[in-house]
Amino acid sequence: MSKLGNLGARLHRGEVGYDFVRNRKIWYGISILITITAILGLTVRGLNMGIEFQGGAVFTTPKTSVSVAQAETYAQDSSGHEAVVQKLGTGGLRIQVAGIDTSKADHIKAELAKDLKVDAEKINADLVGPSWGEQIANKAWQGLAIFMVLVVIYLAIAFEWRMAIAALVALIHDITITVGVYALVGFEVTNGTVIGLLTILGYSLYDTVVVFDSLKESTKDITKQTRWTYGEIANRSINATLIRSINTTAVALMPVAGLLFIGGGVLGAGTLNDISLSLFVGLAAGAYSSIFIATPIVADLKEREPQMKALKKRVLAKRAQATVEEELVEAGTAGGPLDDEPEDVAPAVVGQRNQPAARNRGRGRPSGKRR
Amino acid sequence: MSWPPTRPHGAGRPEREYEKVAAPKKGQSASAQGKPGRSLALILIAIVALTGGMFASGHTTPRLGIDLAGGTSITLKAKSGQESAINKTNLDTAVDIMERRVNGLGVSEAEVQTQGDRNIIVNIPKGTNSQQAREQVGTTAKLYFRPVLATEPVGAPAPASPTPSPSGSPAKKATSTASPSSSATSSSSATASAGATSQGRALTDALKADATTSPSASASPSTKASASASPSASGSDSAAKLQQEYAKLNCADPAVRAHAGVGAKPNEPTLACGQNGQKQWQKYVLGPAELAGTDVKKAQAVFDTQGAGGWKVTMDFTSAGTKKFADITGKLAQQQSPQNQFAIVLDGEVVSDPYVRQALTGGNAEISGSFDQTEAKNLANVLSYGALPLSFEEQSVTTVTAALGGEQLNAGLIAGAIGLALVILYLVVYYRGLSLIAITSLLVSAALTYVIMSLLGPTIGFALNLPAVCGAIVAIGITADSFIVFFERIRDEIREGRSLRPSVERAWPRARRTILVSDFVSFLAAAVLFVVTVGKVQGFAFTLGLTTVFDVVVVFLFTKPLMTILARRKFFADGHSWSGLDPKRLGAKPPLRRTRRPSAPVDPKEA
Repeated sequence: MSKLGNLGARLHRGEVGYDFVRNRKIWYGISILITITAILGLTVRGLNMGIEFQGGAVFTTPKTSVSVAQAETYAQDSSGHEAVVQKLGTGGLRIQVAGIDTSKADHIKAELAKDLKVDAEKINADLVGPSWGEQIANKAWQGLAIFMVLVVIYLAIAFEWRMAIAALVALIHDITITVGVYALVGFEVTNGTVIGLLTILGYSLYDTVVVFDSLKESTKDITKQTRWTYGEIANRSINATLIRSINTTAVALMPVAGLLFIGGGVLGAGTLNDISLSLFVGLAAGAYSSIFIATPIVADLKEREPQMKALKKRVLAKRAQATVEEELVEAGTAGGPLDDEPEDVAPAVVGQRNQPAARNRGRGRPSGKRR
Repeated sequence: MSWPPTRPHGAGRPEREYEKVAAPKKGQSASAQGKPGRSLALILIAIVALTGGMFASGHTTPRLGIDLAGGTSITLKAKSGQESAINKTNLDTAVDIMERRVNGLGVSEAEVQTQGDRNIIVNIPKGTNSQQAREQVGTTAKLYFRPVLATEPVGAPAPASPTPSPSGSPAKKATSTASPSSSATSSSSATASAGATSQGRALTDALKADATTSPSASASPSTKASASASPSASGSDSAAKLQQEYAKLNCADPAVRAHAGVGAKPNEPTLACGQNGQKQWQKYVLGPAELAGTDVKKAQAVFDTQGAGGWKVTMDFTSAGTKKFADITGKLAQQQSPQNQFAIVLDGEVVSDPYVRQALTGGNAEISGSFDQTEAKNLANVLSYGALPLSFEEQSVTTVTAALGGEQLNAGLIAGAIGLALVILYLVVYYRGLSLIAITSLLVSAALTYVIMSLLGPTIGFALNLPAVCGAIVAIGITADSFIVFFERIRDEIREGRSLRPSVERAWPRARRTILVSDFVSFLAAAVLFVVTVGKVQGFAFTLGLTTVFDVVVVFLFTKPLMTILARRKFFADGHSWSGLDPKRLGAKPPLRRTRRPSAPVDPKEA
């Protein structure tokens, strides 16, 4: 912990840090690559839509000795449709039959109960009409759209429109990646998946908002100094909140991992598994995007502002002078020990561009004297 | 901060605190440091009070949804020829009727709710014949108007309803109707059915209307009926059988009641049960149906402003219905009581049995009597259901056995426990002593959530389903994050070289803003999902929103005050190496060098 704690301290002071903003092009590139893969996967492979979206029935039986293949034949015989059977962690079977009418399902259930020699009352049945999934999906899209509009408005007021846009991009990025993973891996999309996906909304933004908050705070008086450009301060903000971001992501993923483990390992399949799977993918994408995508985008947008451009110019000019100075000093003190740290010069110079020359002279002299 | 984010959940406290922090001196002494005990006391009292309320209400566990408790959940979607017919009023009417029908099966606690703008959810708990229930909600209710042949009250008044006549006016009504019924007892030889006929029936509803008599016995007993063989041939043996069954029929027994008249064809006489105005069960022998529910165009409950009539129900008939109604009322008006009554039968249960004064040919009628508002509304609902231009389509039917439900609940709880344990472990390892605060806060939050969920069951019908459990588990992360934000801020202040107490007070306003902004976003997501979506998504959104609100409450009223108090303890204030606040471990700058600004941040390269 102490190492971590130290790391936190060093991150806080900026002694260590990764330049997220300068290297943003790399991360943009990676994200664009992932997004393209996701979209390709989506168009080529498509999503594996669950029973909820096609209409049909899912039967879950208690522990039975009937084999999967055998159950499949039983189910196909009784329904006349393709059936998919999975063995569950409990020893039971999960039998999916697509494309049947809800009214026919009772008959199939009775048949199955007879074939599998279990009590019909002990079979769980989930019967879904063909338009139910569509309705849920439509509502979800509707919710998504409303939420995005509201949250952009909110962020634009609470922060500023650039951050709102960056947050939106990050959000879309997360959702695309999650959907893409589903398409590529071929996980089944169910009701639970939709729920998980919708939760990512809140969570992805939650994470982004914390970074933005710190960014907003540290850039409050940005035009009054010439030490750092906006991009550098943004980078510092990310680094300063990095420990929190890591902690938060870890803490958020742990319960979800618990759900995934229990849902996938013990129950086999079902709502728990579906929700936690999409959440897991989405949360991971969300943590990544709030650090690597959202803030760099803000920096990018912000540095296009005339004010920030001017600031950058000033900062760069000053730095150029500082290096010139340094060289001069070095030239002047050639062979001699390097005097006080060059950084100490910087604060003194703040905001005055005509002074350095004089300073330089003043500075050169003592060293000259010393020689 | 220029924008204190709107707190959607009450309590003017943060606002006040904010002002005080703006004036640091006052703020520190007054709210931040001076009164932590008060907030703590407040939240503890609130929890104790809520817990007390929970035990007092007798609902010590959250109500479980179908997927956890077992049972059947049916989602129906309204369909209609015209879009405008799918509106709230019509859906509510349908819900009322369905509730009546499902619970009429002898099922207790079946619940019917609208969801979204066109869905109805029917939840039937385990232990019920789900098949039968599904048929009941899936098929259209059967509403018939049948002439009463004989009637008789059964047993004692239904328990827990001492209801005498509700007000003065019904009594008045009753006197006017009492005379025909008492005379009827002596002269009701027609059906030979026991002299007891309609004795206690004081509150016969009166049916009256404007139209004049045009009896014209144009016979044609219910056009439908004529299709099949001799309808009311009343073959002596079948009549006798009916008579026997009638004598045996005990309407006070719910099981018997549920089967009375089941499967009766509209064109045959039948038996039925119904509750009269005094909540007494009454049994009936009814003639073949003369009108069906579809003959009613519209029915509504109105308050009779003229005369002291009180609440009454008016009906409009379709053109075919008008003719049929004229015929039946023409016939009935000439009969003696009880045979001048007709019964309005919904799924075999008599919901009303008004008597007829005269034939009604105007295409409308009104039923008046001793209604209170709800009774009138209920009857109007029943009557208009047949006319409801809606049909329902099964969207999903989920049957969960109690075994699987229990399993899912266990799995959810285990997952929650694992998640919580991992989070606590992580917090302990990373934050050491500070994790104590985080863990107690998490526990307070959990207690609050549990108690409120238990209380919301009976109050707003909240049922904990699997997605809701998921929502609660996911919320562990959101709640823990608030503490992380706060702790990291405090540590940052300590790294600046401050001692603990000022650090806490300086960290709090900044952490608070972050927590509010991010929780608001999370709450917004939950609220939008709750309003827009349907089905399981809603349950999930609800818990997520609820826990987000609790997160804010707990952080403000519990975590912060606790932190303030503990900051005075030596263990924390001196930065014990296990407190999680050890300046050395945090790499705080020695105070001596405080003047020197950190230089490295300028340096963009990796270290």
